[in-house]
Amino acid sequence: MNLAVRDIRHSIGRFALTTIGVGMLLMVVMGMGGIYRGLVDDALVVTRGVGADLWVVQRDTRGPFAEVSRLPRSVVDRVAAVPGVMDACEFVFHTIQREHGGRPLRMGVLGLGWPIDKGQGLPLIAGRPLAQNHYEMIADESLGLTLGERIRLGKDTYTVVGITRWLVSSGGDGIACFTSRDAQSIQFDEPGESVRLERRARRNRADQVDFGRTQPSVLERASGLSGNIAALPGPAISAVIARLSPGADAKEVQAIIGAWGDVTTYTKDQQEQLLLKGSVDRARRQILLFRVLLTIISAVIMALIIYTLTLDKLHPIALLKLIGAPNRTIVGLILQQSLIMGALAFGVGHLIGLKLFPMFPRRVLVTNDDLLRVAGIVLVISVFASLLGIWKAMRVAPNEAIG
Amino acid sequence: MSEALALEANGLTKVYGTGHTQVVAMRDASLRLHRGEVAALLGPSGAGKSTFLLCVGLINPPTRGRVAIGGRPVLDGPRALVDLRRFRRESVGFVFQKSNLIPFLNAADNVQIVGELVGRPASQARARAMELLEALGVGARARNMPTQLSGGEQQRVTVARALANQPSLILADEPTAALDSKRGRQVMELFRDVAHKHGTGIIVVTHDHRALDVFDTVYQMEDGSLRPATHAGIEASSGPASTS
Ligand SMILES: Nc1ncnc2c1ncn2[C@@H]1O[C@H](COP(=O)(O)OP(=O)(O)O)[C@@H](O)[C@H]1O
Ligand SMILES: [Mg+2]
Repeated sequence: MNLAVRDIRHSIGRFALTTIGVGMLLMVVMGMGGIYRGLVDDALVVTRGVGADLWVVQRDTRGPFAEVSRLPRSVVDRVAAVPGVMDACEFVFHTIQREHGGRPLRMGVLGLGWPIDKGQGLPLIAGRPLAQNHYEMIADESLGLTLGERIRLGKDTYTVVGITRWLVSSGGDGIACFTSRDAQSIQFDEPGESVRLERRARRNRADQVDFGRTQPSVLERASGLSGNIAALPGPAISAVIARLSPGADAKEVQAIIGAWGDVTTYTKDQQEQLLLKGSVDRARRQILLFRVLLTIISAVIMALIIYTLTLDKLHPIALLKLIGAPNRTIVGLILQQSLIMGALAFGVGHLIGLKLFPMFPRRVLVTNDDLLRVAGIVLVISVFASLLGIWKAMRVAPNEAIG
Repeated sequence: MSEALALEANGLTKVYGTGHTQVVAMRDASLRLHRGEVAALLGPSGAGKSTFLLCVGLINPPTRGRVAIGGRPVLDGPRALVDLRRFRRESVGFVFQKSNLIPFLNAADNVQIVGELVGRPASQARARAMELLEALGVGARARNMPTQLSGGEQQRVTVARALANQPSLILADEPTAALDSKRGRQVMELFRDVAHKHGTGIIVVTHDHRALDVFDTVYQMEDGSLRPATHAGIEASSGPASTS
């Protein structure tokens, strides 16, 4: 006869309520761990999404995420020419906030290195990668866009051809992927009026120098496209991402590019470290500390609950001693009950979490490792708390059952 | 001595507390109980009857004196000569004034558990429990929890539990206090039958003088001293003060 189960069955209502309570506590612990993992993981989604082996940024900056980095577009071709580099393209990423369908639409705009990168590597849950080099986009489901939906950004209209899951920026905004040309035209979109004013200003400036006055064609040019004016640089890019040929040594390539005076390079790991140590560092440590605190407090509460459960049984335990039950029986009763409660509470917490966490605005990433860790903690607490109870139970004299 | 005694208590003395709060609850109590013998223990409240039972029941060892059960020395003063708890579950049965059933087990389980504690298979312990409950007239209440039973029913379940392992010694402290005199007498007679049939030694603390004819011997305690009862002693202890 299993005494632990009999006792639970006898006070099933109370046991169930207590277990659900402890379970919800564990759910919060798991959730906090999940929020932490989600934050760390989200921070790395973009770097992982573009699949770069090497990041080339403006000299002495920690760009492009931790701070601003500006490079001339020509660096793309210089990097592509380095032995060991398979391909290179510009990295375009910026956040925009527009209106769509009457509600604010905040998204990260990520440029893909068309034609090599069409988004095949993205976590697509519906639709397809990009198929043409303009006017298509892959949107994250958190943006609330549907396949085939058309959305106007700048002067062009883009069609959603693919949906990703959990492709978000380190701020938690959903990311939409475009070809890098499209991404840039969204970034540098200027209203017609401001283009017109800028051309007028240029013409006025040219008018005031003798070169402009003697060369009418210069005035002509000044009123035209900026790209046709040799003296004006093209729009700067923030970074160049390079993929290495199979077998190429990242250190070697890094050494070659590092010798150039105008750029700094980071490997994928270095870039991830910059992100974690930089932009999300404080948020990450804040949540980590809170998580540790929460775990400790839950442990204490759970231990107290289990211990109290044993205290309530001291009279029956004295009785068991009176009729000659060996310590093994008494230890078994307390230990099994606390393990049963721990296991059930863990299950309850996990189940509630499964239902609840997807409703959170940001990702709650409960990994199996973290689940195992929580399970381990629950096991340790259950055993520890029952040891306290057992210690108490061992001190009960059998004659306390009489009277 | 042809046959080992069910119980042999020699010079038991129990002192509670120390200094000026010291109470001598029992002094130099000796008793020899044969197998199959049913003894009544009379005495006013505070005389030390419960103290005596707890000592020979190996629950609360004496300050001085020796206890042997079934011919086996088990206590030498406060020192245990055997594993007391193991000895208790195998050889001693208890019935107390207040029912002492385990609250989270039903009537049958309360009896069955003591069988399982001495290593009987569950089915066998169960069969024995049901048989005893039937014999005590509470077979129909086997599945009821203790709180669902009346005081008398609880007491009979407790008696069944004490009998379950066929111990060599049964100690009952005012077992019939919660029963009417008819039921009380039935329990006493049951004790006698068990004792005579299985050779169990039984000591019953009681105030019910109408049932004294059931017992083989009658002892009396007063101020911690134990001796065979005299007629005058029996008369004295039947006074209204004896309610403990
Ligand atoms: N645990 C104890 N601590 C101190 N004194 C006790 C204790 N148990 C009993 N006594 C005292 O010992 C004496 C005998 O008590 P008890 O054996 O319960 O008597 P009875 O059962 O005959 O009424 C009483 O004076 C009682 O107050
Ligand atoms: Mg008493």
